[in-house]
Amino acid sequence: MSVHKIEVTINGKKYQEQVESRMLLSDFLRETCGLTGTHVGCEHGVCGACTIHLNGSAVRSCLIFAVQVDGQEITTVEGLAKDGELTPLQRNFIECHGLQCGFCTPGILMSTTDYLQKNPQPTLQEIKEMLSGHLCRCTGYEGIIKAIQKTVDENNHHYEAERR
Amino acid sequence: MKPAKFDYYCPKTVDEALALLEEIGFDGKIIAGGQSLVPIMNMRLSTPEYLIDINQLKDLQFIELDGSKMKIGALTRQTEIEMSDAVRKHLGLLSEAVPYIGHVQTRNRGTFGGSLVHADPSAEIPLSLMALGGTLHIASKEEVREVNVEEFFVTYLTTDIMPNELLTEIHVPVPEGRTGYSFHEISRRHGDFALVAAACQLSIDDQDRISKVRLVLGGVDAVPLLITDASVMEGEHLSAPLLNKIADMVDEAVNPESDLHATADYRRHLAKQLAVRTVKTAYERARGENNERS
Repeated sequence: MSVHKIEVTINGKKYQEQVESRMLLSDFLRETCGLTGTHVGCEHGVCGACTIHLNGSAVRSCLIFAVQVDGQEITTVEGLAKDGELTPLQRNFIECHGLQCGFCTPGILMSTTDYLQKNPQPTLQEIKEMLSGHLCRCTGYEGIIKAIQKTVDENNHHYEAERR
Repeated sequence: MKPAKFDYYCPKTVDEALALLEEIGFDGKIIAGGQSLVPIMNMRLSTPEYLIDINQLKDLQFIELDGSKMKIGALTRQTEIEMSDAVRKHLGLLSEAVPYIGHVQTRNRGTFGGSLVHADPSAEIPLSLMALGGTLHIASKEEVREVNVEEFFVTYLTTDIMPNELLTEIHVPVPEGRTGYSFHEISRRHGDFALVAAACQLSIDDQDRISKVRLVLGGVDAVPLLITDASVMEGEHLSAPLLNKIADMVDEAVNPESDLHATADYRRHLAKQLAVRTVKTAYERARGENNERS
């Protein structure tokens, strides 16, 4: 069996497609589904550009075969903004110059979004460790770290305001 | 960089998986997290004819404290080990080692059992299990057999598992009494493979004499290297001369190689330093003195 029919929910929308068993999930997203926001860099799990959410956890889509996600739920960078409204993290990437060429950005947004949900108040060191799974060759990471810290600060502020 | 063609199977039960392995195990590979397998397939260093995906075998995904041992399912994700309060409380060494594996994003997918059967000689989980001790439960269609961790690793990327077998669960004894542990590794960049890694777990008696010690080094031999001579420490207080003796012992035992990343001499130097450092930290922790992560 080298061709399979799969059904997968991506950004809330159902896709039914035929896939060859060796097709990487990253290629499936880009080429079969046309979701080219997921970038492909190294194809061996080092650069982090292809990071997506699989059932709510950030994983590398180049290290999973499309056939493996049959019946599961995926979010890609296209699924972050709702009704054309960017998430606070995305806005802060723009404001803090968290990107230059933008190639690494989708992966970093996906990792960070998942990470901040599970760990809403990370230390600077924890942010850096999380980012160690992503290669950025433009920014030197300064802007990226600032954007993440700003998002964390805003969240904290928001919580405190609510508590009052 | 795309993998070669293969046929894909996705069994829903352990029995189904074992029946498949019996039939096609010799020409196939099991895929769990795939965080080591898929890169080497993408580079076509590995071209299995069949892939047997065990991600649906949810029965193999658990962490369970059972009396004096911790049972861990082979399919348990590395992140689950990292986040587990039970593991932090009872197998501190494992909690300390797991964050060194790859990155958050690969630990979300990579499994406990997958790291063991992949058997990279510098990998964190094989090293930790060797220091903790324990048994691996290996199933085939015919039987389930238990293998002690000391007999499990054969050589580089090779274990005692046969092509028709599946690692199902791992039982680890929970250390008792005054016990301390330490894990440390040196790599070129955070998340890279370790140049050298060291793990130590030791117990002391009420006079602070070492009663039991297991010191293991990674990246210095074809398998995680248990320093069996470290038992000379037993019955002794930790002292500077004893630490020198450990360094000499490690010097004698290791067999590192040179490669692009480090010379054999440098690895040998690291092995001695890390051995001394982990023994010292484990001893201090056993005495309740050092709770900081090394």
